[in-house]
Formats: sequence, structure tokens, C-alpha cells
Amino acid sequence: MLEGLKEFASEFFVTGDPLIYGAMVAIGITTIAIVAVLTYFKKWGWLWRNWLTTVDHKKIGIMYIIASIIMLFRGGVDALMMRLQLAMPNMDFLHPEHYNQVFTTHGTIMILFMAMPFMFGLFNVIVPLQIGARDVAFPFLNALSFWLFFLGAMLFNLSFVIGGSPDAGWLSYPPLSELSHSPGVGQNFYIWGIQISGIGSLATGINFMVTIIKMRAPGMRWMKLPMFTWSVFSTCIIILFAFPILTVTLALLFLDRFAGAHFFTLDLGGNPMMYINLIWMWGHPEVYIVVLPAFGVFSEIVSTFSRKKLFGYKSMVFAMLIISFLSFFTWAHHFFTMGSGADVNAFFAVTTMLIAIPTGVKIFNWLFTMYRGRIRMATPMMWTLAFIPCFIVGGMTGVLLSVAPADFQFHNSYFLIAHFHQVLIGGVVFGYFAGLYYWWPKMFGFQLEEKLGKWAFWTWNIGFYVCFMPQYAVGLMGMTRRLSTYGWDTGWWELNFVSTIGAFLMGVGFLFQVAQIADGIRKYKSLKASGDPWDARTLEWSIPSPAPEYNFAVTPRGDDIDEWWEEKERRAKGIYPPEQKLEPIHMPKNSGIPFVMSVFWFIAGFGFVFGWLWMAILGLAGVGICMIARSFSYDTDYYIPVDEIKRTEASLRGSV
Amino acid sequence: MAQAAAKHGENHAHGHDHGHHDPQEMKILGFWFFLISDVILFSVLFATFIVLRDNTAGGPILSELIKMPGVIAETFLLLTSSFTSGLAVLAMNQGKVKQLINWLIVTAVLGAGFLALEIYEFVEMVHEGFSYTTSAASGAFFTLVGTHGLHVSLGLIWMIGLMFQLKKRGITDVTRGKINVISLYWHFLDVVWIFLLSIVYLMGVM
Ligand code: HEM
Ligand SMILES: [Cu+2]
Repeated sequence: MLEGLKEFASEFFVTGDPLIYGAMVAIGITTIAIVAVLTYFKKWGWLWRNWLTTVDHKKIGIMYIIASIIMLFRGGVDALMMRLQLAMPNMDFLHPEHYNQVFTTHGTIMILFMAMPFMFGLFNVIVPLQIGARDVAFPFLNALSFWLFFLGAMLFNLSFVIGGSPDAGWLSYPPLSELSHSPGVGQNFYIWGIQISGIGSLATGINFMVTIIKMRAPGMRWMKLPMFTWSVFSTCIIILFAFPILTVTLALLFLDRFAGAHFFTLDLGGNPMMYINLIWMWGHPEVYIVVLPAFGVFSEIVSTFSRKKLFGYKSMVFAMLIISFLSFFTWAHHFFTMGSGADVNAFFAVTTMLIAIPTGVKIFNWLFTMYRGRIRMATPMMWTLAFIPCFIVGGMTGVLLSVAPADFQFHNSYFLIAHFHQVLIGGVVFGYFAGLYYWWPKMFGFQLEEKLGKWAFWTWNIGFYVCFMPQYAVGLMGMTRRLSTYGWDTGWWELNFVSTIGAFLMGVGFLFQVAQIADGIRKYKSLKASGDPWDARTLEWSIPSPAPEYNFAVTPRGDDIDEWWEEKERRAKGIYPPEQKLEPIHMPKNSGIPFVMSVFWFIAGFGFVFGWLWMAILGLAGVGICMIARSFSYDTDYYIPVDEIKRTEASLRGSV
Repeated sequence: MAQAAAKHGENHAHGHDHGHHDPQEMKILGFWFFLISDVILFSVLFATFIVLRDNTAGGPILSELIKMPGVIAETFLLLTSSFTSGLAVLAMNQGKVKQLINWLIVTAVLGAGFLALEIYEFVEMVHEGFSYTTSAASGAFFTLVGTHGLHVSLGLIWMIGLMFQLKKRGITDVTRGKINVISLYWHFLDVVWIFLLSIVYLMGVM
């Protein structure tokens, strides 16, 4: 009995690595501490009522962003571990199989559990406010999306201490990811973690499309839509078409592993190349999914901090839509070297290069917006400015990679690693940081002090170039990606050493940001922000910070592109809008179902990971019951009475 | 349906100025988007099937196992059920709850008949040595057709749930919205079946 238990535990938990023991202890202590604090301060009810059951898009957005920052930390630690291992030749810090796990979890977490939720967080906080809406189209579904993402991410992260991490790369190419080559449970964690959170992503895409189509303020015609909202809309179109591909691809891989099918196996007629095509039909659009909203953020920030209308609004919109369309016709550039033939390669090379055109249009529009503007150098603007050169270099190396014959040289080398980090960090991460700093006062009602923020900015940026510029060189010298160690004779070590220093500088930048936020929270009373601290242009700045739960006491109008700016001009001239009568506001009720249902998904996922069918069925049954419970509940909304709105508005506006 | 949609449109134009949004209309639009995502899902499965259908690895070949009479019967049942679900919506628009529920029952029974035939067909194939794990082709076939079958099964459970709600609450704005959505879903399954019929079965035997 005891022996059996011991054996089970040694397979169930990951054993034998001091790093992982350390992590286990840390996770255990943190969990105990959280539970203890919540119990001691009697906060369980508060947590449940205010957060776990909330359907308020602003709170959901904040939870997304917090989760994403925690994942940035985890993915960042992975990155630093890899850079440490590569700092010197013949390092003995991460063993090869551990190194494989680390680059796999790093890539997966950064793209799916850091970039995606950060983006969804900004969608949630800002889009309804920008279009003058009280909520998203389907608030319940929105909460469900968040909890699916969160529990999917937790399931994935569990693999670190239970069962073992996936190690077949962030896109899990077969046959490496098949049972024959990855017999452990790590791949199952990968499949189910992504699958569960992926359902949430698809639902979010649908939710925001309907929100933007149907819930715009009166007068806000399509060509009056704020640019960030446009970027969200084009992103959601891509999500709608791309995510089902991912869902099916992972499901088929799982059927291979679990049910003995032969879609991508090497035997009985399977075709691994089919997987690679499918995964990139999702994967390439995915990189535009994460970068387009960043473009939206930059557009808002550039025009606010230059105090000018965005240059070339229409061409911006058009460029965005073209990018979302073209993003579906480039996937094969990820395997130019796999023998598709010259015609196919040529087609995909050309479509890839075409995307540089609309992207270039956008960059020029931002530059023209700044030209002759009265530019203010607040942190959001600094991140935006830093993005431009970074993205230009990244874009140009991208065009180099898209030259099919040249790619035979660059393919899977550190040149590629440097390229995609340049666009992902310079575009996506810088973009979301800029957005976070820009909308921080709107989310939390206080302003962050800029001093630490500027330290963070400079360490991140210097760190970035120190880290990734040497990688272009070392890539051209022949260093391939996913290499866990190399010898002295290669001549690569100096460049790698410098690169590692850069990575740690970025880590320091992250710590500065944490310090900045902690400092802000400590002093938040003295840092109180007005409704419009940046003297900005769009509707979200017309209401108090933080926004009341119903957002707008009366429905605003959206007749101009920079409606709030125009409104301020009108007010300066003494033209005030007619007083509107307050009416009771229709709001959705909180619900525990999204959280509970996602927990059941987690249970089902865990069951599938270990092949415990009873547990999987139990989880799925729970999911079904939650769905039925939801379908049968009719008491899902309420009205906020006029008196209460008056009281809230008085207390919010009074202190502004 | 078109009529209902037009009416919604009027409500909407009116409601919009006051900042209200017709929730039923938004649900239908959201559901259309969901259907688009489902189209993509099936397209991927179709593509996989087409790529893998000849990879039988020396095992049985699908086209030799297909029995057209059964497939025709399935088609007949499903198409008829789509028609009766249309009659259900018609009854609803005339405000006749009882008739509505009865047509839904007929629809569900036809759908269940379809499923029963499909399962029988699958079992037969397995007996002939064409099972899920036999080859890439067999797995692709069962996954594609089975996913459609799974959709039909979920639709049935959903439909039964809605019947109880109709019984309890009658025809309201909310239940009307739900019935409109499920009938959309049911027609969609019909369309997918037509593609299955042509690409998997007819092109298989020809
Ligand atoms: C913050 C600084 C970062 C550093 C120092 C860093 C470093 C690294 C390193 C050393 C690798 C492994 C290269 C190899 O051995 O093949 C890697 C891979 C990767 N990184 Fe990062 N990274 C960072 C941020 C990011 C971000 C923000 C993203 C995405 C948003 C990202 C996405 C990826 C992906 C997708 C891979 C490929 C994983 C694979 O090969 O399967 N990284 N990174
Ligand atoms: Cu690509």
C-alpha cells in the first residue's frame, strides 16, 4: 500500500531537480499565505462577491492584466534560465531535456498566457468605455472567457510540478509531440491548457465583435470609431477565423495520443506535415492578433501626446483590415525549407512581403501625427517612441527572412530568434506596457509616478538591444535555435555572454515596474487622478476615474472621431450639451456559474491529461450541468435606480 | 425568420437612440458569428479528411464500406427534421405554444432517428475491420462524421431543455430568441450534412 503510494507520488510529482523542489516549496508557501491572509481578514466573501462572480468588464479586464503580468514573470524567469545556460560554453545549469521544457513553456506562456490576456485585459477595460457603452454584448460569456483562460493557464502551469512539462516546442510539432516521442503527460498539459483557454479566446472574439457592431454610442458611425476600437475589431475578425483551426488541430493531436488515431503519426498513413500546415494557419494570424491591438494603443497615444488628430485615419483603418486579411495567406513562410517547391514558396514570400506595405503606411501615419505636434514625453509616449525604431528593424529583418532562398540560411537560427523577439517585444510588449501606463489612471483612479517608470523604460530598452542585437550576429555565425549548449571552439561565447547581460537588464526593468506599481499603491491617496489626466481625446476620458460600474450616467454621443476633445473645445467656447434626464440603468447580475464551470473544465482537463476517464467525465458532466443551470436561469439582470446614480455621480464628480 | 428579423430591425432603430440594445438581436448576431467559427471547424476536418482519405495503410477502404441506402435514409430524416423545425418556428410566430412544442418533439424524434442510423452504420463498419485506429483514413472519417453527430446530439439535449422552458414560461421574448437560435443551429447542421453527403459519401462511392 505504502509502496504503491510512493511509486504513484514519484510519477505524479516531478522529482529529482532542486530547481523544481524550490518552486514547489515556493508555490506551497504562497498558496498557504494567500489562504491564511484571506481567512484572517475574513475576505473570502469579498473575494467571491467582488471578483470571482463579477461580470463587470472593467474588473474582468483588471483580472486579465494581473494574471498576464504574473505570467510575464513566469515566462521571464524561463527566459533568464535559458540565457544563463547559454551565457558560457559547456554550462551545466539546465540539462538538455530540462532546457527543452523551459523553451517550450517560455514560448507557450509568453504568447498564449501573457500576450493574449494582456490584450484581452485592455479590450475589456477600454472598448466599452471608448464606444460609450455600459457593458459588452454578453457579460456572462465575458466572465466565462476570463475564467476559462485563467484555469487553462493554471492547468498548463501545473505541469511544472505535477507530471512534467511539455518539451516539444511552443507549437508542438509531431512526431515529437506524439505518444511515440513524448510518452509522458507534458504534451497533454499543453493540449488541454491551451484548449480550455482557447475556447475563452474565441468567445471573447465573438463577444467584442458584437459589442462593437451593436453597442456604439448614437452618432458613432464606423468611420468615427476610435482607432484602438478599430484595432480590436480587426483583431476579433482574425480570432474568429483562426482560433477554430487551433481548436481542431489540438483536438486531432489529442485524439492521436489518447484514442490511438493516426492523423499525424509516422505509421498507418498519418501525415505530420498536415499538422504543421494547420498549426501555422492559426500561428501566423496569431502574431497579428497580438500585434494589431498594440498598433491601436500607439495610435491613441501618439495623437493624445502630440495633441493632434491622428494623421490618415482612413488609411489606418484600411491598413488594419488589409493586414487581418493578408495574415491568412502567409503561413507557409514558416516552412520554406520543407520542400513545398519553388512556386508555393514564391507565393508565400510575396504575400509576406506585401504585409510590410500597410505596416509601413501606419508607421508613416504615426510619424506625420507627431510632426509639428506639441509632444509631451510621458511614459506612454516614451514606450511608443521606442517601439518605432525597434519595429522598423524587426520588420526589415522579417522581410529578409521572407526571401525564400535566403531563409534556407536563416531558418531556425538565432537570427530568427532575434527577429521575432524584436517584433514581439518591441511591438507587443512595449505596446501593452504603453497601454497599461496610459489607461492606468482610468482603471485604478490614481496616477503612477513617472520616475521609476522612466528607469524601467531605459533598462528595458537598453537591455533589449544588448540582448538581441548580438543574436542576429551569432545567428549568422551558425548558432541554431533550441541549442542547449555549445563549445569554446565555436567562437560564439562573447556574443552570447553580452546577450545574457541584456536579458538580465530587462529583468531589472521589470523589477522597476513592479516597484513603481507598489509605490503607487502605497501612495495612491495622494496620486488621485482626475477623469482626464492626460488631456486626452476619446470618450473613456469623459467619465470619472475609475469609471463607475455603469460607466456612463447618461448615454454619450459619438459624432466625432475625437469626440471628447471636440466636446472640450465646445465647452471652452461656452457651448454645453443639453442636460439629459437620468434613467434607471439596466445591468447584468453577478453569477458564480462562469467560475464554477471553468473549474469543472479544469477537472475535466486534468482527467484527460492523466487519462483518468472517470475524472474527465465527472468534469464534463459538471460543465453540462452548469450550462443547463444557466439556460434555465431567467433572473439575470437588475436596474440601478436613479437615486443611486445621482449619489454615485455626486461622490465621484465632487472629488474630481 | 426574415419577418422576425425585420421586426427586430425596427425595434433596434428605435431603441438605439435611447442607448438600449435589443438583447435578442445581439444574441442572434453572436450566434451567427459562432456559426462562422463552426464552419471553420468543419472546414478543417473536411480538409484533413480529404488529405488523409486514401491513406488506408493497407486496411479496408471507405468507399467499399459505404452502404448508400442507409445514408439516403439518414439524409431523409435530417432534411425532414430541418423542415419540421421550420414549422415549429412558424407555429411560434403565430403564438401557438402547443403546436410549437409538438413540432419540436417531431424534430427531436427525427434527429434521434438519424443518430441511431448513424451509430448503426458506424458499428457495421467496425465489424468489417474499419475502426477508429485502423488507419489515418478511418480516423479522419469517424472524426469528421462523428463531430457532426456530436453536434446533432448536443442539439437534441438543448432542444429538450428548451421544451421544458417553453412549457413553463410559454412564448416570451426570451424563449422566442432561444427557439430562433436553435432553429438556426439545426438548419446549419443540415447544410453541413449536405457537404458530408457529397464529399464523404457520394464522392466516395463514385
Ligand atoms: C523578456 C525577454 C525575453 C528573453 C530574454 C527571451 C529569450 C528567449 C530564449 C533564450 C529563447 C529560446 C531560444 C532557443 O533556445 O531556441 C526564446 C524562445 C522563444 N521566445 Fe522568448 N524571450 C523573451 C521574451 C519573449 C516574449 C515577450 C515572447 C512573446 C510574446 C517570447 C516568445 C518566444 C517564443 C515563441 C520562443 C520560441 C520557443 C520555442 O522555440 O518553442 N519571448 N526566448
Ligand atoms: Cu508567419
